[in-house]
Formats: sequence, C-alpha cells, structure tokens
Amino acid sequence: MVERRGLSRVIPHIVLLAGLLLVGFPIAIALIASSHTAADLVGHFPATFGSHLIDNYRHVLLAGSTNKGAPVATMLWNSLVMALGISIGKIVISIASAYAIVYFRFPLRGLCFWLIFVTLMLPVQVRILPTYQVVADLHMLDSYSGLIVPLIASATATFLFRQFFFTLPDELLEAARIDGAGPLRFFWDMVLPLSRTTIAALFVVEFIYGWNLYLWPLIVTTRENMSTIVMGIQHMVVVADQTPSWNWIMATAVLAILPPLLVVIFMQRQFVKSFVEPEK
Amino acid sequence: MIERRAVFSHRWLPIALVAPQLAVTAVFFLWPAYETVVSAFYVQGAFGGSEHFVGLHNFTALWDNASYLHSFGITLIFSAATTLLALSVSLLLAVNANRALRGAKVYQALLAWPYAVAPAIAGVLWLFMLNPSVGLLARALDGLGVPWDFRVNGTQAMVLVVMASAWRQIAYNFLFFLAALQSVPSSLIEAAAIDGAGPIRRFWTIVFPLLSPTTFFLLVIDLVYSFFETFGVIDTVTQGGPANATNILVYQVFETGFVGLDLGGSAAQSVVLMLFIIGLTVLQFRFIEGRVRY
Repeated sequence: MVERRGLSRVIPHIVLLAGLLLVGFPIAIALIASSHTAADLVGHFPATFGSHLIDNYRHVLLAGSTNKGAPVATMLWNSLVMALGISIGKIVISIASAYAIVYFRFPLRGLCFWLIFVTLMLPVQVRILPTYQVVADLHMLDSYSGLIVPLIASATATFLFRQFFFTLPDELLEAARIDGAGPLRFFWDMVLPLSRTTIAALFVVEFIYGWNLYLWPLIVTTRENMSTIVMGIQHMVVVADQTPSWNWIMATAVLAILPPLLVVIFMQRQFVKSFVEPEK
Repeated sequence: MIERRAVFSHRWLPIALVAPQLAVTAVFFLWPAYETVVSAFYVQGAFGGSEHFVGLHNFTALWDNASYLHSFGITLIFSAATTLLALSVSLLLAVNANRALRGAKVYQALLAWPYAVAPAIAGVLWLFMLNPSVGLLARALDGLGVPWDFRVNGTQAMVLVVMASAWRQIAYNFLFFLAALQSVPSSLIEAAAIDGAGPIRRFWTIVFPLLSPTTFFLLVIDLVYSFFETFGVIDTVTQGGPANATNILVYQVFETGFVGLDLGGSAAQSVVLMLFIIGLTVLQFRFIEGRVRY
C-alpha cells in the first residue's frame, strides 16, 4: 500500500468492523433469542443471554417446535444423510467419469462430455414437474434415494477432476505401465491419492450445496419425518392462527447453520482453494 | 480439449466408468427437460388423460397473463437489487480488507462464513429481526417513525427479501474479490501514486478495470443465484406476498405447477427460465474461453 498515515490507516478497519457487524448481528440476535423463553422476547428485546439455552435446544431437538412437524433431531439426521449422500455421490461418479474421459479413447467420448456439460444449464427449477414425475414413477418419493440420487450428476465436479488430471504428467502413466499396472490399479494407487485435495475441496462445496437445498426436499418429501431442517423450519415460521415460537425457531436456525459451518471451519484451507474454480 | 499422449485401451471399462453419471443425467436431467419443453406446447385436460397440441398458445397466454408479467417485473427488480447490493457491499469490504495490512486474514475468516448459511435460513434470521410483532429492527424502525409492516407493505417486503438474499451472497463475492485484489501487482499502484493519482482515482482507473473478469463472473453467479436459489427465502419469509409483491418467477412456476396444476402453463414458464439460464451459461463460458483481460 502506498498511503501509510493517519485516516487512510483507520478507515479500512472502520468499514470492516461495520461489515463484521452486518454479518454477525443476525447470528448474535439468533443466539440470544434461542436462550430465552418466548415470553421474554415479547416487549423489549433482551440484551444478554437468558437461562433457557439448554432447555430450548433440548426441546426442539427432541420435540420439535410446533405440535405438528418432526423433532429437529430427525430433520438434522435427514439433512446429514442427504448432504453426505449428495457430496459423496457427486465425487464418486464424477471422478469415475472424468477418469474415463481423460485416460481412455472410446466411441462417443466427446458426446458424453457434452451431455454432462448440459446439466449445468438445467437446474431443478426449470424442469420441476417432470423431474417430480420421474421420481414418483420410480417410487422414490419420501426416500433417501429420492433425495440423493437425482442430484448426483455433476458437471462442475467432472470438470474439476478433468482439469486436475490434465496437470498430472504423462510420465506417471508411462512409469505405471512399465511396472505392469492396469487402468484400475493406476487409478487406486496413483490418481486417487493424488486427488485428495481436489476431493476435499469438492466435498466442502458439495456438502454445503446439499445441506442447503430447499426446493428439492420440498417436492420429493411429504412425510414429516422425511423433512430436512432447512425446509422443515418453514413450517415453524409459517403457522396459522398462532404466534411463532421464536425462541425455538432461532434455536433450530442455529442448529441448521452449525453443520455446514463446522465443515467450512475445519476445512478452511480446502474451502478457500475450492473458490479458485467456479461453482454451480 | 487438451489431448493426452498416453491412454489406456480397454473395451468396456471406460463405458462402465461414465455410465452412472450418464444414467443419472439422462433419467433426471435430460428426460425431464425434454418433457418440460414438449409439454409447453400441449394443454392437458382437467383430469389428466386428454392432451392436445396447442403450438405456442401457452407462451402467448403468458404474454397476456397480467400476473405473470407482474412476476417478471418483480423478478427483474429483485434480481437487480440483490445482485447490485451483494456486489457493491462485498467489493467495498474486499477493498478495505486488502488495504488493512493488519488482520486481513482474520477479517477474511470472519466475513466469509455466511456462505455456509442456507438462503432459507438467512431468510428466517432476517424475518426474525424485521417481523412487526417481536422484531428488534422492526421496533427500532417504528421508534424512528417508520411504520414497518412488510406483511402489508409490498415495498417493505421486497426490501426484506433483498436484504436476506444479498446478506448471504456477500460472503461468497467477498472471497472472490479479495483473491482478485491480492493479485493486482503493487508496482502498478505505486507507479500511479508517483504520478500523483489519489486512492480513489487509482481504484477506478487501475484496480477496477483489472477486476472486471471477476466482477463479470460474480455478476452471472449472483444473477443465477437471485433467479433460482432464492426460492427458499421467498417461501419462508413472504410466500410471494403481500399481493404478489415478492412473487418471483421460480415461485410462480412452483405455484402454477404444484398448486395450480396447470402443467402446460408451468412448462412454458420453465422454458422461459431455461432460455435465461442457457443464455447466461453460454455468455459465461464464452467469456471464460476468451479470458478478457485489460
């Protein structure tokens, strides 16, 4: 930087502190609200933490927030299964197809690549009813396979692996071949271990993607005990003829944020690295 | 496509390796997309069964449908506002984080995490702060003499969903802008400073043009986000109301199809959205291929 005196050193910090406030304020409010009774939140908003933190979290986890609706523990479990299924599924089928496209010559290879590419332009929102119909015809509604399988095609992940495989030197393959390694052995012993960072980066991005899905679980699940936390919270907020229990809703919101946040925190390095590539 | 010199030859293995991806793509992406396009040209009888071809009728019906056109306008306002807000705030924060020599890493970590928050959850957080009965900010606004009730006032509802949607996206944009800013060579900035350009002038004449590939990339990402991913925000916060004031196109498609059960109409709306995202994707890829740099 060029200027080093006076105001120009202070202003960035002022702007950034305002930014931190903007980012952190809604969460601070949610945490505080989740530690009070519903009655405490009516009237003046409490400035400090209350004494019902554990009570509230225990209540939503075991009983849910309203009379109807699944307990939050169930929704968390469903979200976890869905997010892990989607992220792992995407990684597995994408690394396999990228490996085939990069390391083999086979008929219609180019066509395969383009078909995978096209999925980028077809988010579920633009093909919503027929996709629902297909899932219904396959009897996959209200099931984990219905939540997971239709989403595990991934152009982004395939591109990322393909890109990475191109950076591996040809000599690696030649050396492996001289040692008599076939395509599967080369994959297990060389390519897979070398892809660790790419896999980790993709896992972060796709786990967050899977966890945060809203429309998809909304259309393929109808049973309450199949709802995920991100879409299940809607039933707590939109209640007919009664005041929403904000202390419980905020506890649920905090629980919904926690798992993807932990993934980001524990895999921060891979997370930042994953931003080098465009994500869809 | 970059070609590799050394490849394996094997008859069925590569096919087996791409098969799962292609199967999922064909069954859950291509077939439904094809069905969507086809049913946009048909009208279905009230009780299923009888379908007949109507050509472009579903599309012209959209053109005559006041509530669809309204939704179209609402979507443009919503997307433009969300994108502009997310881009400008994140750029401001990134520029300052880049200038703050001390603590840049700490700021980066603390500003980046809302990316992990689902749009729907971001909506719930903002809804709590701004709901008229117990919301902290809603009461503060009332105290300042601004009568706040987004359940009645459409403009206020729009402001609320824009804030919630942009809030989460700021984190994402911030990471990209900061990375781009850190790659601007400091010698350029120093040379301009020696020539007597102040910080603001340096930003607009040197830094901002250098950021243009990142800005363009984020512009497309944010537009796609505000068109498609914000469904959760709308559904938790306003359900499209009051009086359709926040009824964006994805919400309208969902309502037409799943609530109104108008298959042809919903399909025609889906095709319009499809054209939009195909356009944006092609634009983005041509841009990335061309790698415009200044």
